[in-house]
Formats: sequence, structure tokens, C-alpha cells
Amino acid sequence: MKSDIEPDEQELVSLVEVEDAELARKSSQSKSQGQLVRRRFLNHKAAMISTVVLVVITLTAFTSIGFAGIPGWWGQSYLKSSSVVNGGAPTLSLWPSWLGGPGFAIGDHPFGQDNTGKDYFALVMRGTQKSIIIAVTVGALSTFIGAIIGAVAGYFRGWVDEVLMRLTDLFIVIPLLVLAAVLGQLAGSKLGGSIFALALVLGLLTWTGLARLVRGEILSLREREYVAAAQAMGSKTSRVIFKHLLPNTIGVIVVNATFAIAGAILLETSLSFLGFGVKAPESSLGLLISQYQNAFTNRPWLFWWPGMLIVAIALSVNFLGDGLRDAFDPRQTKKTRRRTKKEEVSE
Amino acid sequence: MSIPTAHAGETATALSFQNLSVSFETEFSDVHAVKGLSLEVYPGEVVALVGESGSGKSVTSTAAIGLLPPNAYITGKALVGGVNVVGLAESKMRKMRATDIAMVFQEPMTALNPVLTIERQLTESLELHGLAYGKEATKRAIELLQMVGIPEPRKRVKQYPHQFSGGQRQRIVIAMAISCDPKVIIADEPTTALDVTVQAEILDLLRELKDKLNTGILLITHNMGVVADLADRVAVMFRGSLVETGTVDQVLNHPVHPYTQKLLSSVPRLEAVDVTGTWEPEPAEVVDPERKLVLEAKNLVLEYDMRGSKFRAVDDVSFELARGQILGIVGESGSGKSTVAKAVLGLLPVASGVLAVQGTNLASLRPRAARAIRAKIGVIFQDPAASLNPRFPIGDCITEPMVVHKVGNRAERIRRAEELLDAVHLPSSVINRYPHELSGGQRQRICIARALTLDPELLIADEPTSALDVSVQAAVLEMIQELQARYEFACLFVSHDLAVVDLLAHNVVVMKDGKSVEQGRVSDVLHAPQHDYTRRLLAAAPVPEPREQAVRREARRLLMELENPDS
Repeated sequence: MKSDIEPDEQELVSLVEVEDAELARKSSQSKSQGQLVRRRFLNHKAAMISTVVLVVITLTAFTSIGFAGIPGWWGQSYLKSSSVVNGGAPTLSLWPSWLGGPGFAIGDHPFGQDNTGKDYFALVMRGTQKSIIIAVTVGALSTFIGAIIGAVAGYFRGWVDEVLMRLTDLFIVIPLLVLAAVLGQLAGSKLGGSIFALALVLGLLTWTGLARLVRGEILSLREREYVAAAQAMGSKTSRVIFKHLLPNTIGVIVVNATFAIAGAILLETSLSFLGFGVKAPESSLGLLISQYQNAFTNRPWLFWWPGMLIVAIALSVNFLGDGLRDAFDPRQTKKTRRRTKKEEVSE
Repeated sequence: MSIPTAHAGETATALSFQNLSVSFETEFSDVHAVKGLSLEVYPGEVVALVGESGSGKSVTSTAAIGLLPPNAYITGKALVGGVNVVGLAESKMRKMRATDIAMVFQEPMTALNPVLTIERQLTESLELHGLAYGKEATKRAIELLQMVGIPEPRKRVKQYPHQFSGGQRQRIVIAMAISCDPKVIIADEPTTALDVTVQAEILDLLRELKDKLNTGILLITHNMGVVADLADRVAVMFRGSLVETGTVDQVLNHPVHPYTQKLLSSVPRLEAVDVTGTWEPEPAEVVDPERKLVLEAKNLVLEYDMRGSKFRAVDDVSFELARGQILGIVGESGSGKSTVAKAVLGLLPVASGVLAVQGTNLASLRPRAARAIRAKIGVIFQDPAASLNPRFPIGDCITEPMVVHKVGNRAERIRRAEELLDAVHLPSSVINRYPHELSGGQRQRICIARALTLDPELLIADEPTSALDVSVQAAVLEMIQELQARYEFACLFVSHDLAVVDLLAHNVVVMKDGKSVEQGRVSDVLHAPQHDYTRRLLAAAPVPEPREQAVRREARRLLMELENPDS
């Protein structure tokens, strides 16, 4: 009887030997789970495009008008008014002249001017900066709180779990927008209207979803034998949670952190739109939309620029999250190659 | 490739593979799972397809029923009653399932839908295929239950899966498989998830049905005892190819291919067993007064807290384990054998009685002192896939006990890891690899290395080989023996497999429902059992030799008749 085993392994007749031979033959380059995830992420088109979009928006927002006292490359300030030129219409033109347009031009006020003649590009960039800062702070804070609460509840179970989960339920049943508006207002007046106060409040209110997800993950992970092995060798509880449990929930945490960021952008926008978030003369994307909602019919650019940026940021963060989820859990991605191949065969 | 068979040219095949190849497209490369396999199953015969993990035996059977995942690429033919199912449209395949080809799955706990009654699940395929409707279908369902030996079928057909035991559920799964009178049944490890005594009953049922229904059965299994008990012919697969086929007697008693020979020699055998109880036990050995007790249990009681009420998992169990000895604890699921191991590891508090490690009673220890005791105990668990943290490189996994107990510096830890890897015959380059890159057997060897990191006095092995392939199991058992001889630790070896315990242990405790029913030297307890339960266990464990298995089967039948004379 002829077998298909490669000639050099012909004499190997035990599974142990075959496996050991395969191990020895493997390239010395060893890939950790992290490296595998990174590779899958880099191959995810939507996520990579979103990353580029996000990086471009963030870099433009922070470098154009400067940040924290460092001047930017865009000469005009979001605070300084000047005379309104041409009804404040945008000077940006992308319509090429060979199509009958005015040709490519940036002009003095590419995004136009507002009522008082402030440069709208500078205002929108300032708003984007603030929105991004709030979103990232909220994302980080809510992820941190959610992960810790979820891990502690899932690991200890019993009354600890009961208390923490009822607390979570409490946060979930109170309408987020109302609570955030009231507390944001309060913190804002105490801390002098700083956007960090708002970010802090939002972060303290939005950890509930992640806490529940992490708790669920930990509940299943804690039954794994490597956790029992760690406990049996005498590891302290903190080591078991932070070395063995939380790192293995990293997929859930990272993916949900991105969705938390997208959510925070929209929440900040809603709050500012309602007048409970960021206040003038400070700027944020939601505030700009709220200020110029009446301008929609006659001067639509005052509405469109911040609106488009919100959509662009929220969408790319969501796509990024999708990419991360697919990278952490490759089983969810579908392959369709068999169908075509199988049809060929059956011909 | 032609296979000599008594049926050649006589009748049409129930199932036949012709030069079947299956490859899977994965993220990194294509994996060739089955390489040009040809095999026939005739009506009324049981063909056992045996092999270890990665041999392609399950892929072969899944190809026949058309359930391979979308990334599979199939060539060749798989004929079910003369119809080639490779490349067959899903709608046509669906019509063939249950009526032409049916499947019995491994895990009876998950093969039934928990929210539907047995009646609904049994009549479903009958109605789908238009064989019977309404009252008639229910009548047929009751007949089927009767046929597979479910008592009071008229009443029980209205019940839900959770109201049946594991063995009964597997009977119901078999009833579903035969409901539409298929030409061929694929039984994929049908008894692997069951206890030995239940396994023996299910094998009896399958043997009975095969004769009654004239159905071909393709039996996928790794257990040579099951093969010897049930199969007419055997096909051995190794790395995607068929290496040997023949009758059960040819393959099991006169294997030709070196792989088959090696595989059969790896199967632990429990021989010279007298289940009739006529043997006079040898006089007990005088206890060596010099021996050092490492682990001692006196009237040990262990309880689980089930939402307020206590469930007593271990009740009044006593044993002693001395340095350099291996004590086996055997029993079926729910006997409390693993609970004892859990308590020694400090994962479960002692409810009452004494559980002492080197004379220190675990029940009375404070957390800090208990932690110090942990350094003296190493542990190996059952599932090699779950017992290593997937985010730790192997080196960190092995040296973790040193980190936890603050032993040695970085260089010393690496040296220790290399030393231990050498002891378990793995290259030291493995240090920087991750668990997912290793096979199950290799991971289990890493677990052994980790258990030995701090030179333990006591090794707890909780079913360390039951998730491994036969040949890998043999290698791991040999390794435990070798390391035990070298380091002289005491070992508490928990297992459901009597043959493994016979091979390895010096003394044994047989547990049933939390109580110790019989204990003593392995040579006494497992070869001349005094207790009925031990006898029943021994009689139910199939041996990989068809003639001896037939004798054993008969002995078991007599034993059952003696116990229940009315049935």
C-alpha cells in the first residue's frame, strides 16, 4: 500500500514523533496572538481607510490652529472677528475650471465665515479638537471603569457581583442624556466650564455596557483550567485577575472602547446641541450645529461642515472597531471561495 | 486501491468513497485533510474508521453528509446509496439527509434541542420527509423509543431532553438517526462522552439495531475497545491517508502497517481480570513504618454550595499517599473523584474530616500558610487546550510558579525552564512560542513541566490523558512514570480509565456517588475485585481484542443478570 506521507517522514509512524518533527521544522519566527491580530487588522481595508481618515482629521485639527499655546499653520484665530466677505460664503473651491468651475482655490476663508465674521475653518477645527479630546477621554475612562467593575464582579461573583450589577442597572435605567446634562452642568459650573469636567462626567456614566460584557467574559474565562492552575499554585487574586483574566478579554475591551469613543462623540454633540455641553466662546462640533441650525436654508455651510466632520469621525471610529473585532475573532469573517470551486468540480 | 471484502460484487454499497480528497483553505496555507481515500460500507455491516487527531476521519464522514465548512475544497466521489454527494446542491442534499444518510453525534447533551419535547424532535424528520404525519408520526416515535430501549415510551415521549440521563439521550439521538430508515448511519464517536457502563449499553443497542435494520454503520472512533466490540471491518487512517483496512481480526490481531502496530501497542490493556469474584485476595502487605506520608485524608467530606443548599460531592472518604507512590482515584462522572483533587489544590474548602499535606491539615490553615503549601503541590489538568494561558509564552507558563513564589531571578528561571523542557523532551527553542502553536500532547507536556517547576512533593493529575490521542497518552504516561522515578514525588492520579490506572498506580480508590466503594493495591482491586460496582466497571470497559471482548461481554451480561434476576 502506497501512502502519501512525504518521503522524509515515511518512517515516522507515531503521532508524537510527527508533531515533534513539525514543531522542529517550524520557522524560528514565532507569532504571538497580538502579532496575529495586528496582521489581520492591517489586512482589513475598511479599517485601514478609516484609520487614515481619522489620522488626517486629527492631525489637521490639532496642527492647523495650534494646540495648548503652540501656534498652528493656519493664520487665523477662532476668536478673532473680521469683516464678513461675500456674505460669509466659503472660498474653498474644488470645481476644476475645465468643467466650467472657478478652478481649485482655498481662499481666505475656505469654510466661510460666521455671523460675526470669524473664520469658520478655525472654529470647526477648534470644535473638532474639543470633540476628539472629549471622546478619547470618555472612551478611556469608561473603558477603565467598565473593565475593572466587570472583572471584579465576574471574578468574585456572589454578593460582590450582586452589588456591582445592581449599581450598573441603576446607571442604565436613568436616561443617560438627562443625567449627563444635569451633572455636566453642575461639574461645568464648579470647574469653570472646562471640557474635562464634561468628559469626566460622561466617562463616569457610560461604562455600564462594557462592565456587563467584561463580566460575562470573565465568568466564562474563570472556569478555564489555566485559572484553576494559577489559583492552585498560590497566585494572589490580583495576579489572577490582571495577568490571567483581563488580558484575555482584550478583544472585547478594545472593540468596545472604539464604540465607546464613537458614542461619546455623538453624546457630546447631543449635549452641546441641547445647550448642556460645551459653551461659547469655546467651540465644539455639536455647539456649532446648534448655533447655526437656523442658517441651514440660506447659509448651509455653517451646518454642513461640522455635521460632515461628526459623521466622518463617528463612521471611521465604528469601522475601526469592526476591523478590530474581525481581527480578534477571525471566525466571524465569511469566506465564499468554496462555492465557486465546488461548482467547478461538479461540472 | 482495492479492499478485500466478503461482499465484493455482491450487493450495492450503502456508502462508498472513491478517491476522496479534502483540503481546507486557512488563513496561512491550505491544509490537506484527506488524501485520496477509498472505502466502502455495505448494508448491515459496521466499518470502523479509526485514527488519531488530524488523521482526517471526521472530515471524511462530514464530507459524506455534506456538512463541511465553506472553506473546504473536495474532489473525488462520496456515494451514498449510489448518489454522489460531492458537489451536490444543498436542496438535494437536504432531501437525502435522514432518509439516506443519518448521523449520531458525540455529545448527547448538546445534540438535542432543550426546548422541544422528544416527540417534536422525533416526528420532525418524519414529517419533513413526508413519511408520517400527526398521530401516525407520534405512534412511530413511540415505536422508535421502544426500539432503543427507553422505558414507558408512551409517557416519556412527551418529556424534554433534560428529563433523561446522558445514556438515554444518546439512545434518543440514535432513535432520531434511524427514524427514516437511512441506508447508512455515521456514528461519530458515539460513546466517547459516556461513562463505561453506559457505553457498554449503547454498544449493545447499536449491535442489536444493526442486525435488525440492515443499515450500514460507519463508526468513527479512537477507542480500539469499541472497535473490537462492534465493528466488522476496520479502516485505519493516519495523516489523511488510509494505511490499513481489513476485518477486525486481521487489523487488531495481525496488523501489517507499522503505524497500526504502534497504535495498538499504545493502548493500555487491563488483562488477567477476574470479574467472577472467586479469586482469593493475597494477604495484605505489611505497612512500611519508614514511609513518609505526603497526603492523607480521614473521613473527608466535601460539599458544593448550590444556591444555599449543600450538595455533598464527597462523603466520608479516607486514603493515604506516601512519598514515591501513585494513588489512582477511579470512578464514573459524578463520583466525586475530581472534587477530591480540587480540595487538595485548595480550590474547594474541606467541609469536615481531615485533608493533610505532609501532616499539615489544609482545613485549619490561614491563607498565607496555605499559599506556602501550594509550592509543594504541582497540578496537571485534563484539557491541554485550556490549561495554559494563551497570552503567555511557554517560558512564562513554565516559570509562573517561580514568579508567584518569588523564587530565583530571571536567568535562573530561564535555566529552570530549559531544564524542564529537556525533561519533557521538547526543544528549548519552544520557550518563546505560544500555546496555540503546540499540539495537545505537547501542551500537556508543558503542563507537566510547569507542575514540576518547584520540585513538588505531590503531583495532582486530574484526568491528564483523557483528552489525548492513544499514542500521545502512552507517551505522556511514560513520561509521568519516568519523572516520578527520577523526582520521587507522590502522585494523586484521577482517571476514569481503569487500564491507565492499572498501568501507572500502586494503590487505587474506586469511588461511586461520593463514596469510596473499594480501595487497596491495584493488583487486588483491579484484578480480583470484591465489590460488585468495581466488577461492573471492569466488565464494561471494552478490550481491544475481538475474541476477548466477546468473552468479556458475555461475562458482563451474566453479571447484570445476577444482579437483576427479574429483567
